[in-house]
Amino acid sequence: MTRFSLKRKKNKVIPGFGLSMGITISMLSLIVMIPLLSILLALSGTSFNQIIASVTDSQVVATYKVSLICSLIAAIVNCVFGVILAWILTRYQFPCRRILDGFIELPFALPTAVAGIALTTIYSDTGWIGGLFNKIGVEISYTTVGITIALIFIGIPFVVRSIQPVLEKLDSQYEEAAMMLGASRSKIFFKVVFPEILPALLTGFGLAFARGIGEYGSVVFIAGNIPYKTQITPLIIMSKLEQFDYGGATAIALVMIIFSFVILFSINILQSKVNKAAKG
Amino acid sequence: MNAKTTKISLIVLGTLFIIIMLVIPLFTVLVYALKQGWEVFSKAITDEYTIKALNLTLLTTFLAVVINTFFGLFSSWAITKFRFRGKQFLTTLIDIPFAISPVIAGLVFILVFGRIGWANDILQTLHLKIVFAVPGIILATIFVTFPFVSRELIPLMHAQGSDEEEAAALMGATGFNIYRKITLPHIKWGLLYGIILCTARALGEFGAVSVVSGHLRGKTNTLPLHIEILFNEFHLTAAFAVSSILVVLAILILILRNIVEYKGKKAENENVR
Repeated sequence: MTRFSLKRKKNKVIPGFGLSMGITISMLSLIVMIPLLSILLALSGTSFNQIIASVTDSQVVATYKVSLICSLIAAIVNCVFGVILAWILTRYQFPCRRILDGFIELPFALPTAVAGIALTTIYSDTGWIGGLFNKIGVEISYTTVGITIALIFIGIPFVVRSIQPVLEKLDSQYEEAAMMLGASRSKIFFKVVFPEILPALLTGFGLAFARGIGEYGSVVFIAGNIPYKTQITPLIIMSKLEQFDYGGATAIALVMIIFSFVILFSINILQSKVNKAAKG
Repeated sequence: MNAKTTKISLIVLGTLFIIIMLVIPLFTVLVYALKQGWEVFSKAITDEYTIKALNLTLLTTFLAVVINTFFGLFSSWAITKFRFRGKQFLTTLIDIPFAISPVIAGLVFILVFGRIGWANDILQTLHLKIVFAVPGIILATIFVTFPFVSRELIPLMHAQGSDEEEAAALMGATGFNIYRKITLPHIKWGLLYGIILCTARALGEFGAVSVVSGHLRGKTNTLPLHIEILFNEFHLTAAFAVSSILVVLAILILILRNIVEYKGKKAENENVR
Protein backbone atom coordinates (compact mmCIF):
# COMPACT_ATOMS: atom_id res chain seq x y z
CA MET A 1 0.00 0.00 0.00
CA THR A 2 2.73 2.45 0.93
CA ARG A 3 4.50 1.65 -2.29
CA PHE A 4 1.37 2.36 -4.25
CA SER A 5 0.83 5.72 -2.61
CA LEU A 6 4.47 6.63 -3.17
CA LYS A 7 4.04 5.98 -6.86
CA ARG A 8 0.99 8.17 -6.93
CA LYS A 9 2.88 10.94 -5.26
CA LYS A 10 5.76 10.69 -7.68
CA ASN A 11 3.35 11.06 -10.54
CA LYS A 12 1.98 14.24 -9.07
CA VAL A 13 5.25 16.09 -8.49
CA ILE A 14 6.02 16.77 -12.14
CA PRO A 15 3.25 18.71 -13.85
CA GLY A 16 1.69 18.04 -17.22
CA PHE A 17 0.75 14.36 -17.09
CA GLY A 18 -2.84 14.90 -18.17
CA LEU A 19 -1.99 17.36 -20.92
CA SER A 20 0.90 15.42 -22.44
CA MET A 21 -0.87 12.07 -22.18
CA GLY A 22 -4.04 13.55 -23.68
CA ILE A 23 -2.15 14.97 -26.65
CA THR A 24 -0.19 11.73 -27.13
CA ILE A 25 -3.22 9.46 -27.08
CA SER A 26 -5.42 11.65 -29.24
CA MET A 27 -2.79 12.29 -31.92
CA LEU A 28 -1.80 8.63 -31.97
CA SER A 29 -5.43 7.60 -32.36
CA LEU A 30 -6.33 10.16 -35.00
CA ILE A 31 -3.26 9.82 -37.18
CA VAL A 32 -2.22 6.19 -36.75
CA MET A 33 -4.64 3.90 -34.94
CA ILE A 34 -8.02 4.85 -36.40
CA PRO A 35 -6.78 4.84 -40.01
CA LEU A 36 -5.03 1.51 -39.43
CA LEU A 37 -8.08 -0.10 -37.85
CA SER A 38 -10.03 0.96 -40.94
CA ILE A 39 -8.31 -1.97 -42.65
CA LEU A 40 -10.27 -4.36 -40.44
CA LEU A 41 -13.43 -2.29 -40.83
CA ALA A 42 -13.08 -2.34 -44.62
CA LEU A 43 -12.57 -6.10 -44.61
CA SER A 44 -15.57 -6.76 -42.36
CA GLY A 45 -17.83 -6.28 -45.39
CA THR A 46 -16.07 -8.98 -47.40
CA SER A 47 -16.61 -12.67 -46.73
CA PHE A 48 -13.79 -14.76 -45.33
CA ASN A 49 -13.65 -16.92 -48.46
CA GLN A 50 -13.33 -13.86 -50.65
CA ILE A 51 -10.42 -12.58 -48.57
CA ILE A 52 -8.68 -15.97 -48.73
CA ALA A 53 -9.28 -16.11 -52.48
CA SER A 54 -7.70 -12.71 -53.10
CA VAL A 55 -4.64 -13.29 -50.91
CA THR A 56 -3.95 -16.78 -52.30
CA ASP A 57 -4.37 -15.82 -55.95
CA SER A 58 -1.38 -17.30 -57.81
CA GLN A 59 -0.16 -13.91 -59.08
CA VAL A 60 -0.33 -12.52 -55.53
CA VAL A 61 1.49 -15.52 -54.06
CA ALA A 62 4.23 -15.00 -56.66
CA THR A 63 4.70 -11.43 -55.35
CA TYR A 64 5.15 -12.69 -51.77
CA LYS A 65 7.92 -14.96 -53.01
CA VAL A 66 9.69 -12.19 -54.92
CA SER A 67 9.35 -9.76 -52.00
CA LEU A 68 10.44 -12.22 -49.31
CA ILE A 69 13.35 -13.78 -51.22
CA CYS A 70 14.78 -10.50 -52.51
CA SER A 71 14.48 -8.82 -49.08
CA LEU A 72 16.04 -11.83 -47.37
CA ILE A 73 19.04 -11.95 -49.74
CA ALA A 74 19.47 -8.17 -49.51
CA ALA A 75 19.34 -8.31 -45.70
CA ILE A 76 21.96 -11.09 -45.59
CA VAL A 77 24.29 -9.20 -47.97
CA ASN A 78 23.80 -6.13 -45.81
CA CYS A 79 24.73 -8.08 -42.68
CA VAL A 80 28.05 -9.14 -44.25
CA PHE A 81 28.96 -5.67 -45.53
CA GLY A 82 27.39 -4.02 -42.50
CA VAL A 83 29.77 -5.85 -40.16
CA ILE A 84 32.76 -5.04 -42.41
CA LEU A 85 31.79 -1.36 -42.62
CA ALA A 86 31.05 -0.99 -38.92
CA TRP A 87 34.34 -2.73 -38.16
CA ILE A 88 36.54 -0.55 -40.37
CA LEU A 89 34.73 2.62 -39.27
CA THR A 90 35.27 1.93 -35.57
CA ARG A 91 38.58 0.03 -35.47
CA TYR A 92 40.74 1.49 -38.20
CA GLN A 93 42.10 4.96 -38.92
CA PHE A 94 42.40 5.78 -42.59
CA PRO A 95 41.96 8.80 -44.86
CA CYS A 96 38.37 9.64 -45.79
CA ARG A 97 37.03 7.62 -42.83
CA ARG A 98 34.75 10.44 -41.73
CA ILE A 99 33.43 10.97 -45.27
CA LEU A 100 32.75 7.25 -45.59
CA ASP A 101 30.97 7.36 -42.24
CA GLY A 102 28.82 10.29 -43.40
CA PHE A 103 27.86 8.48 -46.60
CA ILE A 104 26.31 5.52 -44.74
CA GLU A 105 23.16 7.55 -44.02
CA LEU A 106 22.68 8.58 -47.67
CA PRO A 107 19.85 6.06 -48.25
CA PHE A 108 17.93 7.73 -45.39
CA ALA A 109 18.46 11.20 -46.81
CA LEU A 110 18.08 10.52 -50.53
CA PRO A 111 14.43 10.31 -51.65
CA THR A 112 13.62 6.74 -52.67
CA ALA A 113 12.28 7.78 -56.08
CA VAL A 114 15.60 9.48 -56.89
CA ALA A 115 17.52 6.40 -55.77
CA GLY A 116 15.15 4.28 -57.85
CA ILE A 117 15.64 6.10 -61.14
CA ALA A 118 19.41 6.39 -60.55
CA LEU A 119 19.80 2.65 -59.86
CA THR A 120 17.58 1.74 -62.82
CA THR A 121 19.70 3.87 -65.13
CA ILE A 122 23.04 2.56 -63.82
CA TYR A 123 22.02 -1.08 -64.04
CA SER A 124 20.06 -0.92 -67.32
CA ASP A 125 21.82 -2.64 -70.24
CA THR A 126 23.16 0.71 -71.47
CA GLY A 127 24.12 2.00 -68.01
CA TRP A 128 27.57 2.28 -66.43
CA ILE A 129 27.46 -1.00 -64.49
CA GLY A 130 24.59 -2.73 -66.29
CA GLY A 131 26.52 -2.32 -69.57
CA LEU A 132 29.46 -4.29 -68.17
CA PHE A 133 27.21 -7.11 -67.02
CA ASN A 134 25.30 -7.02 -70.29
CA LYS A 135 28.50 -8.02 -72.12
CA ILE A 136 28.65 -11.27 -70.16
CA GLY A 137 24.95 -11.84 -70.69
CA VAL A 138 23.63 -10.82 -67.26
CA GLU A 139 20.70 -8.45 -67.06
CA ILE A 140 20.13 -6.55 -63.83
CA SER A 141 17.46 -3.88 -64.33
CA TYR A 142 13.96 -5.37 -64.62
CA THR A 143 15.03 -8.64 -62.94
CA THR A 144 15.00 -9.90 -59.35
CA VAL A 145 18.73 -9.10 -59.19
CA GLY A 146 17.86 -5.44 -59.74
CA ILE A 147 15.22 -5.55 -56.99
CA THR A 148 17.77 -7.07 -54.61
CA ILE A 149 20.31 -4.35 -55.41
CA ALA A 150 17.74 -1.64 -54.67
CA LEU A 151 16.92 -3.33 -51.36
CA ILE A 152 20.63 -3.58 -50.45
CA PHE A 153 20.87 0.17 -51.07
CA ILE A 154 17.90 0.92 -48.83
CA GLY A 155 18.90 -1.47 -46.01
CA ILE A 156 22.61 -0.86 -45.44
CA PRO A 157 22.32 2.01 -42.90
CA PHE A 158 20.06 -0.07 -40.63
CA VAL A 159 22.73 -2.75 -40.17
CA VAL A 160 25.76 -0.46 -39.88
CA ARG A 161 24.08 1.92 -37.45
CA SER A 162 22.88 -0.97 -35.27
CA ILE A 163 26.33 -2.54 -34.87
CA GLN A 164 28.51 0.58 -34.75
CA PRO A 165 27.64 1.76 -31.21
CA VAL A 166 28.16 -1.76 -29.82
CA LEU A 167 31.60 -2.04 -31.43
CA GLU A 168 32.52 1.42 -30.13
CA LYS A 169 31.64 0.48 -26.55
CA LEU A 170 33.12 -3.02 -26.71
CA ASP A 171 35.97 -3.31 -24.22
CA SER A 172 39.09 -4.42 -26.07
CA GLN A 173 40.58 -6.16 -23.02
CA TYR A 174 38.95 -9.49 -23.91
CA GLU A 175 40.36 -9.31 -27.40
CA GLU A 176 43.78 -8.51 -25.94
CA ALA A 177 43.52 -11.36 -23.46
CA ALA A 178 42.58 -13.79 -26.24
CA MET A 179 45.50 -12.49 -28.30
CA MET A 180 47.90 -13.04 -25.37
CA LEU A 181 46.61 -16.58 -25.01
CA GLY A 182 47.54 -17.15 -28.61
CA ALA A 183 44.18 -17.18 -30.38
CA SER A 184 44.25 -16.41 -34.09
CA ARG A 185 42.66 -13.17 -35.25
CA SER A 186 39.80 -14.90 -37.04
CA LYS A 187 39.17 -16.97 -33.93
CA ILE A 188 39.17 -13.83 -31.78
CA PHE A 189 36.64 -12.23 -34.10
CA PHE A 190 34.24 -15.18 -34.21
CA LYS A 191 34.59 -16.26 -30.58
CA VAL A 192 34.99 -12.93 -28.78
CA VAL A 193 33.68 -10.06 -30.90
CA PHE A 194 30.92 -11.70 -32.91
CA PRO A 195 28.83 -12.95 -29.93
CA GLU A 196 28.90 -9.39 -28.56
CA ILE A 197 27.56 -7.79 -31.74
CA LEU A 198 25.12 -10.59 -32.59
CA PRO A 199 22.04 -9.05 -30.85
CA ALA A 200 22.67 -5.72 -32.60
CA LEU A 201 23.25 -7.50 -35.89
CA LEU A 202 19.90 -9.27 -35.48
CA THR A 203 18.18 -5.94 -34.86
CA GLY A 204 19.77 -4.49 -37.99
CA PHE A 205 18.86 -7.57 -39.98
CA GLY A 206 15.24 -7.41 -38.83
CA LEU A 207 14.91 -3.70 -39.61
CA ALA A 208 16.49 -4.09 -43.06
CA PHE A 209 14.38 -7.15 -43.85
CA ALA A 210 11.11 -5.55 -42.74
CA ARG A 211 11.93 -2.34 -44.60
CA GLY A 212 12.78 -4.35 -47.71
CA ILE A 213 9.42 -6.10 -47.77
CA GLY A 214 7.54 -2.81 -47.56
CA GLU A 215 9.85 -0.75 -49.78
CA TYR A 216 8.22 0.81 -52.80
CA GLY A 217 9.92 3.91 -54.22
CA SER A 218 13.40 2.59 -54.89
CA VAL A 219 12.17 -0.75 -56.22
CA VAL A 220 9.26 0.25 -58.45
CA PHE A 221 11.45 1.58 -61.27
CA ILE A 222 14.07 -1.16 -61.33
CA ALA A 223 11.56 -4.00 -60.90
CA GLY A 224 9.79 -3.55 -64.22
CA ASN A 225 6.61 -4.98 -62.67
CA ILE A 226 6.39 -8.18 -64.75
CA PRO A 227 3.64 -10.39 -63.23
CA TYR A 228 4.91 -13.68 -61.74
CA LYS A 229 8.52 -12.53 -62.23
CA THR A 230 9.44 -9.12 -60.86
CA GLN A 231 6.23 -7.93 -59.24
CA ILE A 232 6.67 -7.12 -55.54
CA THR A 233 3.80 -7.13 -53.04
CA PRO A 234 3.56 -3.33 -52.53
CA LEU A 235 3.33 -2.99 -56.30
CA ILE A 236 0.42 -5.40 -56.64
CA ILE A 237 -1.40 -3.47 -53.90
CA MET A 238 -0.83 -0.36 -55.98
CA SER A 239 -2.15 -1.96 -59.18
CA LYS A 240 -5.22 -3.32 -57.36
CA LEU A 241 -5.89 0.22 -56.13
CA GLU A 242 -5.56 1.59 -59.65
CA GLN A 243 -8.17 -0.96 -60.78
CA PHE A 244 -10.40 0.16 -57.84
CA ASP A 245 -10.19 -3.34 -56.33
CA TYR A 246 -10.14 -1.93 -52.78
CA GLY A 247 -11.15 -5.23 -51.16
CA GLY A 248 -8.27 -7.13 -52.77
CA ALA A 249 -5.74 -4.40 -52.00
CA THR A 250 -6.82 -4.25 -48.36
CA ALA A 251 -6.68 -8.03 -47.91
CA ILE A 252 -3.12 -8.16 -49.30
CA ALA A 253 -2.17 -5.19 -47.12
CA LEU A 254 -3.32 -7.15 -44.07
CA VAL A 255 -1.12 -10.09 -45.09
CA MET A 256 1.85 -7.72 -45.45
CA ILE A 257 1.25 -6.21 -42.02
CA ILE A 258 1.13 -9.72 -40.54
CA PHE A 259 4.41 -10.56 -42.35
CA SER A 260 6.26 -7.59 -40.90
CA PHE A 261 4.96 -8.15 -37.39
CA VAL A 262 5.92 -11.83 -37.51
CA ILE A 263 9.44 -10.85 -38.63
CA LEU A 264 9.92 -8.19 -35.96
CA PHE A 265 8.42 -10.48 -33.31
CA SER A 266 10.63 -13.46 -34.17
CA ILE A 267 13.70 -11.24 -34.23
CA ASN A 268 12.76 -10.12 -30.70
CA ILE A 269 12.44 -13.72 -29.52
CA LEU A 270 15.72 -14.72 -31.19
CA GLN A 271 17.37 -11.74 -29.55
CA SER A 272 16.22 -12.63 -26.06
CA LYS A 273 17.49 -16.20 -26.61
CA VAL A 274 20.87 -14.89 -27.74
CA ASN A 275 21.02 -12.59 -24.72
CA LYS A 276 20.17 -15.46 -22.39
CA ALA A 277 22.80 -17.68 -23.99
CA ALA A 278 25.36 -14.90 -23.61
CA LYS A 279 24.56 -14.56 -19.93
CA GLY A 280 24.91 -18.35 -19.53
CA MET B 1 47.48 -13.19 -43.80
CA ASN B 2 48.96 -10.68 -41.39
CA ALA B 3 47.16 -7.87 -39.62
CA LYS B 4 48.06 -5.24 -42.19
CA THR B 5 46.76 -7.14 -45.23
CA THR B 6 43.52 -7.92 -43.39
CA LYS B 7 43.13 -4.27 -42.51
CA ILE B 8 43.81 -3.04 -46.03
CA SER B 9 41.62 -5.63 -47.73
CA LEU B 10 38.70 -4.89 -45.39
CA ILE B 11 39.05 -1.15 -45.96
CA VAL B 12 39.18 -1.66 -49.72
CA LEU B 13 36.16 -3.97 -49.64
CA GLY B 14 34.12 -1.56 -47.50
CA THR B 15 35.08 1.46 -49.55
CA LEU B 16 34.26 -0.31 -52.83
CA PHE B 17 30.85 -1.23 -51.46
CA ILE B 18 30.14 2.39 -50.52
CA ILE B 19 31.37 3.68 -53.87
CA ILE B 20 29.40 1.20 -55.97
CA MET B 21 26.21 1.20 -53.90
CA LEU B 22 26.01 4.80 -52.68
CA VAL B 23 28.42 7.18 -54.40
CA ILE B 24 27.82 6.12 -58.01
CA PRO B 25 24.01 6.52 -57.78
CA LEU B 26 24.51 10.01 -56.35
CA PHE B 27 26.87 11.04 -59.15
CA THR B 28 24.67 9.45 -61.81
CA VAL B 29 21.94 11.89 -60.89
CA LEU B 30 24.23 14.91 -61.29
CA VAL B 31 25.91 13.65 -64.48
CA TYR B 32 22.64 12.82 -66.22
CA ALA B 33 21.08 16.08 -65.04
CA LEU B 34 23.78 18.11 -66.79
CA LYS B 35 24.19 15.76 -69.77
CA GLN B 36 22.40 18.02 -72.22
CA GLY B 37 23.95 21.17 -70.93
CA TRP B 38 23.11 23.91 -68.51
CA GLU B 39 20.23 25.33 -70.52
CA VAL B 40 18.18 22.14 -70.57
CA PHE B 41 18.95 21.70 -66.88
CA SER B 42 17.84 25.16 -65.82
CA LYS B 43 14.77 24.92 -68.02
CA ALA B 44 13.76 21.68 -66.30
CA ILE B 45 14.17 23.01 -62.80
CA THR B 46 12.42 26.32 -63.49
CA ASP B 47 9.52 24.61 -65.27
CA GLU B 48 6.12 25.74 -63.94
CA TYR B 49 5.15 22.23 -62.80
CA THR B 50 8.52 21.67 -61.10
CA ILE B 51 8.12 24.87 -59.09
CA LYS B 52 4.58 23.92 -58.10
CA ALA B 53 5.71 20.44 -57.09
CA LEU B 54 8.59 21.90 -55.10
CA ASN B 55 6.23 24.24 -53.27
CA LEU B 56 3.88 21.40 -52.40
CA THR B 57 6.79 19.25 -51.19
CA LEU B 58 8.10 22.09 -49.00
CA LEU B 59 4.65 22.82 -47.56
CA THR B 60 4.05 19.14 -46.81
CA THR B 61 7.47 18.72 -45.21
CA PHE B 62 7.04 21.84 -43.10
CA LEU B 63 3.66 20.74 -41.76
CA ALA B 64 4.77 17.15 -41.15
CA VAL B 65 7.84 18.32 -39.24
CA VAL B 66 5.89 20.83 -37.12
CA ILE B 67 3.14 18.38 -36.22
CA ASN B 68 5.48 15.47 -35.51
CA THR B 69 7.77 17.67 -33.42
CA PHE B 70 4.76 18.81 -31.39
CA PHE B 71 3.78 15.17 -30.91
CA GLY B 72 7.35 14.15 -30.12
CA LEU B 73 7.76 16.79 -27.40
CA PHE B 74 4.53 15.85 -25.60
CA SER B 75 4.71 12.07 -26.05
CA SER B 76 8.31 11.85 -24.82
CA TRP B 77 7.35 13.91 -21.75
CA ALA B 78 4.38 11.65 -21.00
CA ILE B 79 6.37 8.46 -21.52
CA THR B 80 9.61 9.29 -19.72
CA LYS B 81 8.56 11.50 -16.79
CA PHE B 82 5.66 9.46 -15.40
CA ARG B 83 4.93 5.88 -14.43
CA PHE B 84 1.83 4.25 -15.76
CA ARG B 85 0.60 0.90 -16.97
CA GLY B 86 1.03 -0.05 -20.62
CA LYS B 87 3.98 2.27 -21.21
CA GLN B 88 5.81 -0.32 -23.30
CA PHE B 89 2.65 -0.95 -25.31
CA LEU B 90 2.21 2.76 -26.00
CA THR B 91 5.83 3.04 -27.19
CA THR B 92 5.29 0.10 -29.54
CA LEU B 93 2.15 1.69 -30.97
CA ILE B 94 4.04 4.91 -31.71
CA ASP B 95 6.61 2.90 -33.68
CA ILE B 96 4.02 1.16 -35.87
CA PRO B 97 4.42 3.48 -38.91
CA PHE B 98 8.04 2.28 -39.20
CA ALA B 99 6.95 -1.32 -39.60
CA ILE B 100 4.34 -0.62 -42.25
CA SER B 101 4.85 -0.33 -45.99
CA PRO B 102 4.37 3.25 -47.24
CA VAL B 103 1.87 1.91 -49.76
CA ILE B 104 -0.29 0.66 -46.88
CA ALA B 105 0.10 4.03 -45.14
CA GLY B 106 -1.51 5.60 -48.19
CA LEU B 107 -4.12 2.89 -48.48
CA VAL B 108 -5.47 3.40 -44.97
CA PHE B 109 -6.37 7.02 -45.75
CA ILE B 110 -8.26 5.89 -48.84
CA LEU B 111 -10.15 3.47 -46.60
CA VAL B 112 -11.09 6.35 -44.28
CA PHE B 113 -11.66 9.29 -46.62
CA GLY B 114 -11.98 7.72 -50.07
CA ARG B 115 -15.10 6.99 -52.08
CA ILE B 116 -15.63 3.77 -50.12
CA GLY B 117 -14.38 5.23 -46.82
CA TRP B 118 -16.52 5.44 -43.70
CA ALA B 119 -15.88 9.17 -43.34
CA ASN B 120 -16.87 9.90 -46.94
CA ASP B 121 -20.45 10.94 -46.13
CA ILE B 122 -19.29 13.52 -43.58
CA LEU B 123 -16.78 14.93 -46.07
CA GLN B 124 -19.46 15.15 -48.74
CA THR B 125 -21.78 17.19 -46.55
CA LEU B 126 -18.91 19.46 -45.54
CA HIS B 127 -17.73 19.72 -49.17
CA LEU B 128 -14.24 18.66 -48.18
CA LYS B 129 -11.83 16.68 -50.27
CA ILE B 130 -8.98 14.85 -48.57
CA VAL B 131 -7.97 11.90 -50.72
CA PHE B 132 -6.61 12.82 -54.18
CA ALA B 133 -6.05 16.32 -52.80
CA VAL B 134 -3.41 18.19 -50.80
CA PRO B 135 -4.75 17.30 -47.29
CA GLY B 136 -4.39 13.58 -48.09
CA ILE B 137 -0.77 14.07 -49.14
CA ILE B 138 -0.03 15.92 -45.91
CA LEU B 139 -1.80 13.30 -43.78
CA ALA B 140 0.03 10.40 -45.44
CA THR B 141 3.37 12.15 -44.95
CA ILE B 142 2.61 12.81 -41.27
CA PHE B 143 1.70 9.15 -40.83
CA VAL B 144 4.93 7.88 -42.37
CA THR B 145 7.16 10.24 -40.36
CA PHE B 146 5.09 10.06 -37.17
CA PRO B 147 7.61 8.37 -34.80
CA PHE B 148 10.80 10.16 -35.93
CA VAL B 149 11.07 12.91 -33.29
CA SER B 150 9.62 11.00 -30.35
CA ARG B 151 11.91 8.03 -31.07
CA GLU B 152 14.97 10.23 -30.74
CA LEU B 153 13.74 11.92 -27.56
CA ILE B 154 12.44 8.94 -25.56
CA PRO B 155 15.78 7.09 -25.00
CA LEU B 156 17.55 10.40 -24.34
CA MET B 157 15.08 11.58 -21.70
CA HIS B 158 14.94 8.11 -20.22
CA ALA B 159 18.68 8.14 -19.65
CA GLN B 160 18.45 11.61 -18.16
CA GLY B 161 15.96 10.57 -15.49
CA SER B 162 13.55 12.99 -13.86
CA ASP B 163 15.30 14.00 -10.63
CA GLU B 164 16.09 17.54 -11.76
CA GLU B 165 12.54 18.14 -12.96
CA GLU B 166 11.15 16.81 -9.69
CA ALA B 167 13.37 19.10 -7.65
CA ALA B 168 12.35 22.09 -9.74
CA ALA B 169 8.67 21.18 -9.41
CA LEU B 170 8.98 20.84 -5.63
CA MET B 171 10.52 24.30 -5.49
CA GLY B 172 7.50 25.64 -7.29
CA ALA B 173 8.61 26.04 -10.90
CA THR B 174 5.84 25.95 -13.51
CA GLY B 175 5.70 23.17 -16.08
CA PHE B 176 6.70 25.46 -18.93
CA ASN B 177 9.69 26.83 -17.03
CA ILE B 178 10.85 23.35 -16.05
CA TYR B 179 10.71 22.32 -19.68
CA ARG B 180 12.47 25.40 -20.99
CA LYS B 181 15.20 25.62 -18.37
CA ILE B 182 15.90 21.98 -17.49
CA THR B 183 14.62 19.50 -20.04
CA LEU B 184 15.19 21.36 -23.29
CA PRO B 185 18.91 22.07 -22.79
CA HIS B 186 19.49 18.34 -22.25
CA ILE B 187 17.60 17.19 -25.29
CA LYS B 188 18.19 19.98 -27.81
CA TRP B 189 20.67 18.05 -30.01
CA GLY B 190 18.55 14.92 -29.97
CA LEU B 191 15.52 17.02 -30.86
CA LEU B 192 17.36 18.62 -33.77
CA TYR B 193 18.55 15.21 -34.91
CA GLY B 194 14.99 13.88 -34.94
CA ILE B 195 13.79 16.95 -36.84
CA ILE B 196 16.50 16.44 -39.47
CA LEU B 197 15.60 12.78 -39.99
CA CYS B 198 11.92 13.68 -40.14
CA THR B 199 12.62 16.40 -42.74
CA ALA B 200 14.63 14.00 -44.90
CA ARG B 201 11.93 11.37 -44.92
CA ALA B 202 9.10 13.85 -45.47
CA LEU B 203 10.90 15.49 -48.41
CA GLY B 204 11.34 12.21 -50.19
CA GLU B 205 8.21 10.27 -49.26
CA PHE B 206 6.96 8.52 -52.35
CA GLY B 207 4.91 5.36 -51.81
CA ALA B 208 2.34 6.72 -49.36
CA VAL B 209 1.94 10.00 -51.23
CA SER B 210 1.68 8.20 -54.54
CA VAL B 211 -1.40 6.28 -53.35
CA VAL B 212 -3.35 9.31 -52.12
CA SER B 213 -2.21 11.91 -54.62
CA GLY B 214 -4.18 11.17 -57.76
CA HIS B 215 -1.25 12.63 -59.76
CA LEU B 216 -2.84 15.88 -60.86
CA ARG B 217 -0.05 17.91 -62.42
CA GLY B 218 0.46 21.26 -60.78
CA LYS B 219 -2.05 20.40 -58.05
CA THR B 220 -1.30 17.21 -56.17
CA ASN B 221 2.14 16.39 -57.50
CA THR B 222 5.01 16.45 -55.07
CA LEU B 223 8.59 16.58 -56.30
CA PRO B 224 9.20 12.80 -56.10
CA LEU B 225 5.92 12.15 -57.95
CA HIS B 226 6.88 14.71 -60.59
CA ILE B 227 10.18 12.85 -61.05
CA GLU B 228 8.28 9.59 -61.54
CA ILE B 229 6.11 11.09 -64.27
CA LEU B 230 9.09 12.64 -66.08
CA PHE B 231 11.02 9.35 -65.90
CA ASN B 232 8.11 7.25 -67.13
CA GLU B 233 7.57 9.67 -70.03
CA PHE B 234 11.24 9.15 -70.98
CA HIS B 235 12.24 12.75 -70.15
CA LEU B 236 15.40 11.34 -68.61
CA THR B 237 17.38 14.56 -68.41
CA ALA B 238 14.47 16.48 -66.91
CA ALA B 239 13.82 13.69 -64.39
CA PHE B 240 17.44 13.78 -63.25
CA ALA B 241 17.54 17.58 -63.27
CA VAL B 242 14.56 17.72 -60.91
CA SER B 243 16.14 14.92 -58.87
CA SER B 244 19.26 16.99 -58.45
CA ILE B 245 17.25 19.51 -56.41
CA LEU B 246 16.46 16.71 -53.98
CA VAL B 247 20.06 15.44 -54.11
CA VAL B 248 21.36 18.86 -53.06
CA LEU B 249 18.84 18.90 -50.21
CA ALA B 250 19.87 15.36 -49.22
CA ILE B 251 23.56 16.33 -49.10
CA LEU B 252 22.72 19.39 -46.99
CA ILE B 253 20.74 17.16 -44.64
CA LEU B 254 23.64 14.71 -44.36
CA ILE B 255 26.08 17.50 -43.52
CA LEU B 256 23.70 18.99 -40.95
CA ARG B 257 23.13 15.55 -39.48
CA ASN B 258 26.86 15.02 -39.01
CA ILE B 259 27.31 18.42 -37.39
CA VAL B 260 24.41 17.82 -35.00
CA GLU B 261 25.64 14.33 -34.13
CA TYR B 262 29.13 15.70 -33.42
CA LYS B 263 27.80 18.52 -31.25
CA GLY B 264 25.48 16.14 -29.42
CA LYS B 265 28.32 13.76 -28.60
CA LYS B 266 30.47 16.67 -27.43
CA ALA B 267 27.69 17.94 -25.15
CA GLU B 268 27.22 14.43 -23.77
CA ASN B 269 30.94 14.13 -22.95
CA GLU B 270 30.91 17.50 -21.22
CA ASN B 271 27.99 16.39 -19.09
CA VAL B 272 29.87 13.29 -18.00
CA ARG B 273 32.85 15.38 -16.96
